[in-house]
Amino acid sequence: MSTAFPSFIDRRTVVDWLGIAPFMIFALMFLIVPTLYLVMGAFFTPDGDLTFNNIADLFTPSILSAYWISIRVSIASALGGAVIGFFLAWAIVLGGLPGWIRSSLLTFSGVASNFAGVPLAFSFLATLGRTGLVTVLLRDWLGFNLYGTGFNILSFFGLTITYMFFQIPLMVLILTPALDGMKKEWREASEILGASTWQYWRMVALPILWPSLMGTTLLLFANAFGAIATAYALTGSSLNIVPILLYAQIRGDVLHNANLGYALALGMIVITGISNVLYILLRMRAERWQK
Amino acid sequence: MKTSKILAWASLAVGLIYFFVPLIGTLEFSLRMRRGAYSLDAYSTVFSDIQFRSTFGFSMLMALFTIIFGMLLVVPTAYWVRLRLPQMRPVVEFITLLPLVIPAIVIVFGYLRLYNSSSFIPFTGSTQGTNVLLVLSYMTLSLPYMYRSVDTAMRAIDVRTLTEAAEILGAKWPTILFRCIFPNVMSGVLSGAFITFAIVMGEFTMAALLNRPAFGPYLQLIGANRAYEPAALAVIAFAITWLSMGLLQLVSRFSKTAPLRP
Repeated sequence: MSTAFPSFIDRRTVVDWLGIAPFMIFALMFLIVPTLYLVMGAFFTPDGDLTFNNIADLFTPSILSAYWISIRVSIASALGGAVIGFFLAWAIVLGGLPGWIRSSLLTFSGVASNFAGVPLAFSFLATLGRTGLVTVLLRDWLGFNLYGTGFNILSFFGLTITYMFFQIPLMVLILTPALDGMKKEWREASEILGASTWQYWRMVALPILWPSLMGTTLLLFANAFGAIATAYALTGSSLNIVPILLYAQIRGDVLHNANLGYALALGMIVITGISNVLYILLRMRAERWQK
Repeated sequence: MKTSKILAWASLAVGLIYFFVPLIGTLEFSLRMRRGAYSLDAYSTVFSDIQFRSTFGFSMLMALFTIIFGMLLVVPTAYWVRLRLPQMRPVVEFITLLPLVIPAIVIVFGYLRLYNSSSFIPFTGSTQGTNVLLVLSYMTLSLPYMYRSVDTAMRAIDVRTLTEAAEILGAKWPTILFRCIFPNVMSGVLSGAFITFAIVMGEFTMAALLNRPAFGPYLQLIGANRAYEPAALAVIAFAITWLSMGLLQLVSRFSKTAPLRP
């Protein structure tokens, strides 16, 4: 080859590109083409004609409500995780706590953010289920009937607090470096100029931190939106969220239209895609201050 | 100053309650199987279950294959991109992050449509083929973590100088890759391996939809049918996650001290 077209493709260039060929083939076959197949499928009828009906059918009440519950659970668990995670990260970086607390909390966050899926659902069932530890203790010690208040772990609220178990540590892990980047001089300068703590946070710290805060919250949102195992193990199919609907569709075509299933998948990709793109943009903005 | 310290301790208390109450609750629940007394009955039931052993073993095997083939794919790619194709770095990095953007359930849905028994490449047509597809799907899921940990380890060594030195000494490509590059990025390989192990052991979606008898679907099945065993299994799963992450911390700490040595 190199002797045939010495000026076009020299041998070195060919070898260079062959080096990443296995990776590219892998990525195409097992990541990009399968996804594109579904995306394309969303715009065709089962007979192969171009159509937008599948997309339009997403806006029927039952599917729309699934998206709406998913979005609400994801927003609620992302906001809850972001707020608690922010205060935790702040406490270990700037709160003046002993150093060993910081390192043990970060180690624990690494573990807890990876403790998701089916076992997490079991944990919360054993804690807040009808005979769970907290439910029983509240009843026996305080005479408080948790389930009498309408609380149920197999519900919107239950799923939200379960998701927060991995959302909080993820927030801590991503936000700690951002808080580490807050320079001492900024605080000192504002104090010399007579600013109160509240003024420092409102006018200096938060304007610098908001891209990190917003971006990480979006990442938590996408993280919750794609999760299925915890929800499925916790609620079975009683809570109608998008990943569970898609799971049922893959298992048994409950929507009676294979291409509508593709559209459902497309909707998920669009939502997680948008939040990730916004995350990247906000992250780039945040890094301007961290040089 | 005083108020901020109180707030810091208060935040820590809230966090600790959130983290530890579910864990204590799970542990307590898992010991409750015998009426009126705490016992390890739930654990002995779990450990004597043949299905537990077979699914656990199956997932271990899948994790092992995922780590081996994942690293055989990721290390040479990361090496090659650093050495020869630095202009492709953003593209490759972007691809490795895609599995965090595209939900796992969407990826496996695509596999089922693309590689079913009536397609050109019928992975799901046979048991062995489906196992291969499962390993490939796990490689996809762990790609972001593997690539990042290997690439971070590679940043610490001078790939170009190492390669040139090996070439001058007459080493061929396989020697350079396996006796020179791999040992030098071992800390990254191990970190990637541990996190991959933790992910694969508990993974549910891929295995359930590909109908393979892995540990994740087994957990779900037990959860739907038993009362106390799920709590015991959750404790076991948490221990596995702790173990993997603990080893990861150990390895990364070890690698941080390594360059200091002469």
